[in-house]
Amino acid sequence: MRDVAIVATAQRPSQIGTQLTSVELILPVVAEAVKNAGIQRQDVGFWCHGSCDYMSGQPFSFVAAVDAIGAWPPIVESHVEADGALALYEAWVKLQTGECDIAVVFANGKTTSGPIDRILTLQADPYFVTPLWPGFDAMAALQARACLDAGVVTEEQMAEVAVRSRRDAKSNAVAHLKGDYTVDELLSGPYTTAPLRAHDCSVPVDGANAVVLAADDVARRLAKRPAWIRGIDHRIDTQRLGARSLTTSDSTRIAAEKAGVGRDKVDVAEIYAPYTHQELLLRSAMGLDATTTVINPSGGALVANPAMAAGLARFVEAAEAVFAGRADRAVAHSTSGPCLQQNLVCVMEGD
Amino acid sequence: MAERCAVVGVGQTNHSSCRADVSIAGLVREAVDRALADAGITIQDVDAVVIGKAPDSLEGVAMPELWLADALAAHGKPVFRVHTAGSVGGSTAIVAAQHVMAGIHGTVLTIGFEKQSDGNAMWALSVPIPFGMPVHAGAGGYFSPIVRGYITRSGAPSHIGAMVAVKDRTNACKNPYAHLHEPDWTLEKALETPMLWDPIRFIETCPSSDGAMALVLMSEERAEKMSGPKAWVHATAMRSEPTAFAGREQVSPRAGEMCAEDLWRKGGITKPAEEIDVVEMYVPFAWFEPMWLENLGFAPRNEGWRWVEDGVTEMTGSLPVNPSGGVLSSNPIGASGMIRFGEACMQVMGTAGEHQIDGAKKAVGHAYGGGSQFFAMWLVSSLKP
Repeated sequence: MRDVAIVATAQRPSQIGTQLTSVELILPVVAEAVKNAGIQRQDVGFWCHGSCDYMSGQPFSFVAAVDAIGAWPPIVESHVEADGALALYEAWVKLQTGECDIAVVFANGKTTSGPIDRILTLQADPYFVTPLWPGFDAMAALQARACLDAGVVTEEQMAEVAVRSRRDAKSNAVAHLKGDYTVDELLSGPYTTAPLRAHDCSVPVDGANAVVLAADDVARRLAKRPAWIRGIDHRIDTQRLGARSLTTSDSTRIAAEKAGVGRDKVDVAEIYAPYTHQELLLRSAMGLDATTTVINPSGGALVANPAMAAGLARFVEAAEAVFAGRADRAVAHSTSGPCLQQNLVCVMEGD
Repeated sequence: MAERCAVVGVGQTNHSSCRADVSIAGLVREAVDRALADAGITIQDVDAVVIGKAPDSLEGVAMPELWLADALAAHGKPVFRVHTAGSVGGSTAIVAAQHVMAGIHGTVLTIGFEKQSDGNAMWALSVPIPFGMPVHAGAGGYFSPIVRGYITRSGAPSHIGAMVAVKDRTNACKNPYAHLHEPDWTLEKALETPMLWDPIRFIETCPSSDGAMALVLMSEERAEKMSGPKAWVHATAMRSEPTAFAGREQVSPRAGEMCAEDLWRKGGITKPAEEIDVVEMYVPFAWFEPMWLENLGFAPRNEGWRWVEDGVTEMTGSLPVNPSGGVLSSNPIGASGMIRFGEACMQVMGTAGEHQIDGAKKAVGHAYGGGSQFFAMWLVSSLKP
């Protein structure tokens, strides 16, 4: 395997109801990430983009993105219909083939321009589940109920996740929901989709971000302290909620094992948990100990969830923790599908 | 650095306008089961799945690979989704090959599919765009001015498109999986079909199909242990350029030329027309055959149509193009690129049956998408690189 690292990042502040096009969202973050890496566009050997047509309400919505990155002369480029975290995975694969040394990954999600709860419900079985319109939040609520009933989590623990996330978000310029709250205060609120309350669900926002990856000596040249990818893996579970345990996450556990999370102490973990109980599940599945690992110091996706960019945002935050020396070893996680169906785990280290 | 990769199994569905007998999952599994049987392995032997399709709005399922994980027996495995417009079948196969070439997985299953009958492609592709310029022309309306541009520039006579169409529809009769089996076309009859988007006639247009293609790719170490025929991946290439800008060459896009140049360079090909035995080319409208012959560097500029007229691209010609019948005979959009890639493999594996080009050793699979702006190609051979 080649040594591949994140050498530069950029992300835009979260917004609600932006009137910007996807091209306008992407252009500044890609330009900034390229500038932060100290490279020219022409130095980039591979570009990879993550987005979702259904969120744009338009087929081939990603096609215009090549305008944002400047595809002339023609470039080597690909797109995943998924979170940008999976685009990063494809770029990592590409760098491993040795075909190029520098790749740029970017993602955009205009989560507030449509009914995201219904849009994500379209991921379900089109014959037997989607026609019932269960709702994405409601499926997560079923999972939360299963976790509460099994004694895996408590409503207090879930509220604690929200309190910590909103508090930590105060120091994060791109976060949306921030401030000081108490557990009692949050638990006094009504259920929105029982047993979930508003604080248990992430805030849909519009956002975009970009990451520059480089291999070997190129990475060493471009960054003072590259965030070296020491392990990265993604796995999927069956989608059927009745055919898997909702109180554990096998796909996360396997991906974490393959990525080598447990091989050493983790200083910072950035986890894409769109619901509070899911953070608790994911921490457990990855074997993370919250007393020794700082969980979601950015505030995580709970305080700002630009769907399709929120997973890549975890990479941005984890890599920046490594760049700044706040972490020698960091984990970035991304998820997709109802009730944490698909999970990606990456371990990064500073020199 | 990159490891060698071989295709050891190819499987496709019986393509048709409406596969009402199967669900989306059933359609996908038909291709997958045939590919696994061709490779002589079971689905448990697969390490990772790389899946591609065209816009999700064609079936109305967002990110259907999530739901399909069950049908693919993929729980606990990686499932990776690619979407790069019409070229997606090709780029998906390339991403799958890169998983092997990078040494990450030893056995990768890749799939391209589309079940157009579950939705309405014309609707799905014509959604009013809230923040952009509306293009309600459909694919035929979009590409017809580009075809007109080629005819004007090259001086091609007006019957060339129909010649390509008759060839591909005739070839398709030798391919049991093709959607259209129409043996009775003649050039005269073809020229009588209605003009849909001048200069594109009805017969010069691809059908709407349900279908899937699946390939099993293996590392050299694993492929060597398989007794069946193999298609070694000699080179892959992808290029993209913007849809529109002033002065853009749309008849022979630069991205296509660069993609082909990259493919020839990586594959050690100096005289493509002499060294390549057969091409599976993405030709959704018949006129694109001569256009791509030039864009890929087979024929000199403005000469592609003469090759068609001289029968060079017939199955009996020196550079057979689309012996499978091509996109003109089956177009499950998200699978069409991978069908080209898979048919190229079948030719060098010697498993193409009645549409086999005898002795084919080097074959090219080609796909394009968007406004002639996304290109994906691979070069496969019966011989190890």
